[in-house]
Amino acid sequence: MSHESIIEVENITKTFGGVVANKNVSLKVKKGGITGLIGPNGSGKTTLFNSIVGYHPIDGGSIRFMDKEISTYRVQEIARLGLLRTFQQTRIYGKMNCVENMLISIPLRKAGFLDMFAARDKEILERADRLLEFVGLYEKRWLRAGDLSFGQQKLLEFAMALMNEPTVLMLDEPTAGINPTLINGLIDRLKRANEEFGITLFVIEHNMRVIMNLAEHIYCLAHGKMLADGKPEEIQNDQRVIDAYLGAH
Amino acid sequence: MSALMNNKMAKIVFYAAILALGIFLPIWFPNYIGQLTVMWLMVIFALTWDILGGQMGYNSLGNIFFFGVGMYTTAMVQVGMFYDLAEYTSPAGGEIYTFNLTQYFSGMAVGYLVAGLICVVFAVVLGRLMFGLRGPYFAIGTLALATVVGELVSTWELVGGGSGMSMPNFPGEPAVSKAMFYAMMFALAIVTFLFLRWLYGTHFGLAINAIRDDEEKAEGMGIHTLRYKTVAWSIAAFFLGVAGAIYGNFNNFFEPIEVAFPTTTFGIFMVLMVLLGGKGTLWGPVIGAILFHIIKEVTWTYLLGWQWVALGLLIIITVVYFQQGIMGWLMDKKPTWFGIRVEGEKQRLGDMQ
Repeated sequence: MSHESIIEVENITKTFGGVVANKNVSLKVKKGGITGLIGPNGSGKTTLFNSIVGYHPIDGGSIRFMDKEISTYRVQEIARLGLLRTFQQTRIYGKMNCVENMLISIPLRKAGFLDMFAARDKEILERADRLLEFVGLYEKRWLRAGDLSFGQQKLLEFAMALMNEPTVLMLDEPTAGINPTLINGLIDRLKRANEEFGITLFVIEHNMRVIMNLAEHIYCLAHGKMLADGKPEEIQNDQRVIDAYLGAH
Repeated sequence: MSALMNNKMAKIVFYAAILALGIFLPIWFPNYIGQLTVMWLMVIFALTWDILGGQMGYNSLGNIFFFGVGMYTTAMVQVGMFYDLAEYTSPAGGEIYTFNLTQYFSGMAVGYLVAGLICVVFAVVLGRLMFGLRGPYFAIGTLALATVVGELVSTWELVGGGSGMSMPNFPGEPAVSKAMFYAMMFALAIVTFLFLRWLYGTHFGLAINAIRDDEEKAEGMGIHTLRYKTVAWSIAAFFLGVAGAIYGNFNNFFEPIEVAFPTTTFGIFMVLMVLLGGKGTLWGPVIGAILFHIIKEVTWTYLLGWQWVALGLLIIITVVYFQQGIMGWLMDKKPTWFGIRVEGEKQRLGDMQ
């Protein structure tokens, strides 16, 4: 199984004081695919993301990325392994322009001491331009990132993540706050990132239309526990999932 | 100014003019050579403070620590290379210690280098502790560091305790020594400026800007944040250490609280100068330092008795009403002068989807 799944989460538990945010959660993210994670507000989706990328220590369980146990690794180390996440509240470097935001997002897997003082590289600049074009921000590339609209900042954050050449990209609600007319374009780009760049995607999403369109396999969390998983159509018709969303719990 | 800034020729002329001013000012105004030396020291203070305070978003109130460490280190080396340090600083001793030219300059060369390097070591070791603190905690932590070390050194008999130390006397004309220390401080200011100009153009500049804008994001993207922060502080420490070494010799005498670790004067001036000139810019600290030094000297001369009130007012006005500083204000008003774009490009023809 392990050669098929790139992330394997087994029985992880995370509590904050008395609040159990995740309880014995297990899941697998298929290599090269698009996996979704849904669940009502407060069901522990973002906590699960944070646990996987090493944002906080977990109370129990195991997290393996490419067959390596990473549950004790720190955020930077995990990112340098090629497991990257974007934030629900978009985070970009506001006082720097878009190109600079891209240039600082290059992969750092083998970065040594002297790489800190590297001069601007033409190839990297061209790659930054291409990716900005890919997300549709090329015309705005010299603007300060903080001056972009919220939706544009989301696109920039996505482009920065691609610049990092991750093996797996974990997206926390990529379409939240984005103009509905732009959502289709974003879904298309996410699919292309998966197909053309070969990046495995693991996506938290509230918008059902988006996740049903995007993911091949969906996990559903409720009250910190894994409620169900399966293909989009299975999840759509699962009575437990419907109940959870309608508040029958 | 836009054309001027973009024009390479004009740039060279501009730099040459500053170089010429640096050389000719002390010749035209020989009575002010001491003041001019301190002015370049202020430029170094502001430039090094801005590495963390402006470019990286870490407000250190304890950078003056490295200034003092550099001063004490070079003194110990310059004396210790040729005499017994304990006897030299002993309050009982009435001996006169002389240094010949070779001793004087070899001691100084070794002293400056060791001062710079010791400061780097301190920055690396203390950085591990201090960079666990963020925001105001970092500011208070570093302030405590400089204050505590100043007090501790006051009790250290080997380096003269609270009464301080005299530096080796220059074996020659006092006028020559004055010109020499001016040249050293000016050269160090130029080297610091050029080094930072290069540094901010590399990947390093982007990384510390990223830490300033969102450190958590930078960590999430895999940037070695602690490494960058430590190196940034080490760079500031190195130049401050050498500046302290030069200043100690220039002043000929120093003691711990007022000269070596003056947290309430130089330590605050460096913050104020950067705020006045515009933090996070290359020229802001330089402009702020020179302007501040002029204001300070003018108030000391013409408003004697009220100089601290005037200075306090300047601090309040800058901090409350003018935080972006001169360069920041200019960048806001005339962004195109600095190559900052405020409008996207027109969609290129044939690129419409």
